[in-house]
Amino acid sequence: MTPPPSRALLIIVVVLAIGMLVPVGYVIEATARIGIDELATLLLRPRVGELLGNTALILVLGVPITVVLGVGSAWVVERTDLPGRRFFAVLSVAPLAIPAFVSSYGWASVIPSIQGLGGGLLVATLAYYPLVYLPALATLRGLNPSLEESARSLGLKEGAILFRVVIPQLRLAILGGGLIVALHLLAEYGAFAFIRFDTFTTAIVVAYQSTFAGPSAASLGIVLALLSVIVLGVEATARGRARYAYVGSSSARPAQLVTLGKFTPLAILALVAVATLATVVPMASVIRWSLATKPEMLDGLWRALIDTSLLSLGGAIGAIVVALPVAWLATRHPSRLSRVLEGGYSIASSLPAIIVALALVTVTLNVAPGLYQTAATVTAAYVIIFLPRALVTLRAGLAQVPESLEEAARALGTPPLLARMRVTTPLLFPAIAAAGALVALGAANELTATLLLAPTGTRTLATQFWSAASSIDYPGAAPYAISLVLLSVPAVALLFAQTRGKKP
Amino acid sequence: MRKFVTVTVTATATLAAASLLLSGCISSSGTGDETGVQGASTEALVVYNAQHEKLTEEWVKEFTAQTGIDVVLRNGGDSELSNQLVAEGDASRADVFLTENSLAMSLVEKAGLLSPVDPATLALVPTQYRPASGMWTGIAARSTVFVYNPDLLAESELPTSILDLQDPRWKSNWGGAPAGADFQAIVSAILETQGTEATTAWLTGMKNNATIYRNNIATMKAVNAGEVAGGIIYHYYWFRDSASGGENSGNTKLHYFGEQDPGAFVSISGGGVLKSSDNSDKAQQFLAFLAGVSGQTILGEGYSFEYPVGGDVPAKDPLPSLDSLNAPIIDPSTLNAPEILDLMTQVGLL
Repeated sequence: MTPPPSRALLIIVVVLAIGMLVPVGYVIEATARIGIDELATLLLRPRVGELLGNTALILVLGVPITVVLGVGSAWVVERTDLPGRRFFAVLSVAPLAIPAFVSSYGWASVIPSIQGLGGGLLVATLAYYPLVYLPALATLRGLNPSLEESARSLGLKEGAILFRVVIPQLRLAILGGGLIVALHLLAEYGAFAFIRFDTFTTAIVVAYQSTFAGPSAASLGIVLALLSVIVLGVEATARGRARYAYVGSSSARPAQLVTLGKFTPLAILALVAVATLATVVPMASVIRWSLATKPEMLDGLWRALIDTSLLSLGGAIGAIVVALPVAWLATRHPSRLSRVLEGGYSIASSLPAIIVALALVTVTLNVAPGLYQTAATVTAAYVIIFLPRALVTLRAGLAQVPESLEEAARALGTPPLLARMRVTTPLLFPAIAAAGALVALGAANELTATLLLAPTGTRTLATQFWSAASSIDYPGAAPYAISLVLLSVPAVALLFAQTRGKKP
Repeated sequence: MRKFVTVTVTATATLAAASLLLSGCISSSGTGDETGVQGASTEALVVYNAQHEKLTEEWVKEFTAQTGIDVVLRNGGDSELSNQLVAEGDASRADVFLTENSLAMSLVEKAGLLSPVDPATLALVPTQYRPASGMWTGIAARSTVFVYNPDLLAESELPTSILDLQDPRWKSNWGGAPAGADFQAIVSAILETQGTEATTAWLTGMKNNATIYRNNIATMKAVNAGEVAGGIIYHYYWFRDSASGGENSGNTKLHYFGEQDPGAFVSISGGGVLKSSDNSDKAQQFLAFLAGVSGQTILGEGYSFEYPVGGDVPAKDPLPSLDSLNAPIIDPSTLNAPEILDLMTQVGLL
């Protein structure tokens, strides 16, 4: 029976939860403020129908494609005797290091006429399939092979085993990965704006630029928030009562590898093709343009690097400070209350970044004008948007720190708080560092919210890239693109290492 | 125990220092080595700048050299900054507002946020390039043009009026960037000269016929690449690209509508002093500099290719003179931003 949490901890978590729920509050307040009548006028028009159609199509088509690519790559890399498996395992994660908007810039310079749903699907599925690949890979590694062996001994062919035994066990990974891809697709701005594919998020940014945080932008934001909730609901229904394990279990023994035989060249070709399209094409574009970069185009780069580092560091520190109490509550004092609170934190983080930005603009303008367009607001946005990364990592880290060590310290006479700090916290440092790194690197690539919230004169790598790319100044944008990719590599390596089961 | 305390204290101190550094650095990061808005002393002039950054920086450099007054820029887009000023109201820290188009400036004017401009400054600018109200002044001008690809469109097929573009024969044959303030200003000229019904019809025609691009440059590039036969942009993008090698305009030509057609609309970039300013003297000085010979010469001779409006400064070669363009005569204060946005939203362009 776990001891009840201290009152102080509960209060801290609840207060932080209220802060995290600001975007949700904004959506509700905007709905109330605008009123149903005007909302109907603003929303029941053909343009919104177009946006809804586009957004629905990209979700309905994009998510299954990423699932096929992700699960397919994971299975080939983990469960077959493909030569060069380890190389392909890493190659399949590589697209995550390239922000989607850089990828779309790369593609647009190769095929200038790329646009619309086809273009959006191409860029987005190639950019996001690693988000399904990683959980699928982790699950496959942890699967107990006895089920497959029984099926084999009962005479099922390999293909049948894959579809009837392995994939059903991947259900959670597919749902979880699919959910993350869906939320990314809803929130994506840069990639779609560049290739002229209009979704709710791109329309909100356009409305914001023309009418600021007025009813036009807010009404679209309300619909977008509803779509996010629907996506969450679909995933929760499909998942049922199953819970995601935060700590991976390792299998009793390695599974038998499937012999590809005559399918080997096909498999290699498929993996190479996907990797080329996802990584090589965008990066080749970026490098080609960087060769045309003139030295004066590098003027703002140093400044942007500094500003980006400072802002993302702030976001990382903030995210850890906010995530630690709730991670502690959820791990050490699990209860219905802790699950509800954790759920509250997650809802806001599931909302697209544009909504978070709109909410913060409105709140700071009306409630705290001194904070409007300051670094504090951007940092708050980063904390809200990237909290899940910190939360998951900290929970995993906390789960691995046994309570018994702290109890032993207390039994030996150390006061409880001191015991916690001296014994548990140092053991948490790797998880804290990993959480901080993931948040910081995510924040460094963040475009949408930063565009709306950055203080005067502050340029991040992402916003500088965007302003150059929007002016079709491809060579000017290239150095920023390269910096963004280089910054992402450590985060991707970290994510991959976590998947492999190494401690963060 | 001692080691623990040391570690904790060091860690806390580092974090505190980092956060101080963070807030200090961010608040003091401005353009170049100038102090940021939060750190600005009362001596520095705060300019909300929606004009192209490079141009305004040239202006600021010369102004500071001549007068010793420091200037701090807040850069953004027309709509963004004008809406921001309206939202900030009396609490705004802005002293001067510079726009690319008059639409944004008239929005701020209608919200009652501007102070009248010094009559001496107004005298520097001919009447057709500033509003009758005297609440702000023109500082530059740009002309609407139809950029076209001669491989796809023969001279005889060119539209005689911008209103032609709503005809079915122009389907998929022209492009524009309705999300931008530039295009919205052109639409406001159509509204002012043709009325609401005709404008709604034209916008509906645009929705059916036009390919939508993100901005003027993307439109011009698409015409250059042959993706679309023609496009509505402002003149200076073409001239700038042409002067630097023609990569995005080499396959294109410009067509001026003339005849006082709405498609010949000359949009006035505005400069105004905010009522909420604590530095109105310096602000008026800045406007006088911009509208006078020094400022207009920088505009006329610089990289910008926009038209100077004051000080009798001629436009840069090879620009056709502003008078020869035969633009429709419109008081820039009368242009109506909210109605344009409403119409465009109704039609489904926004």
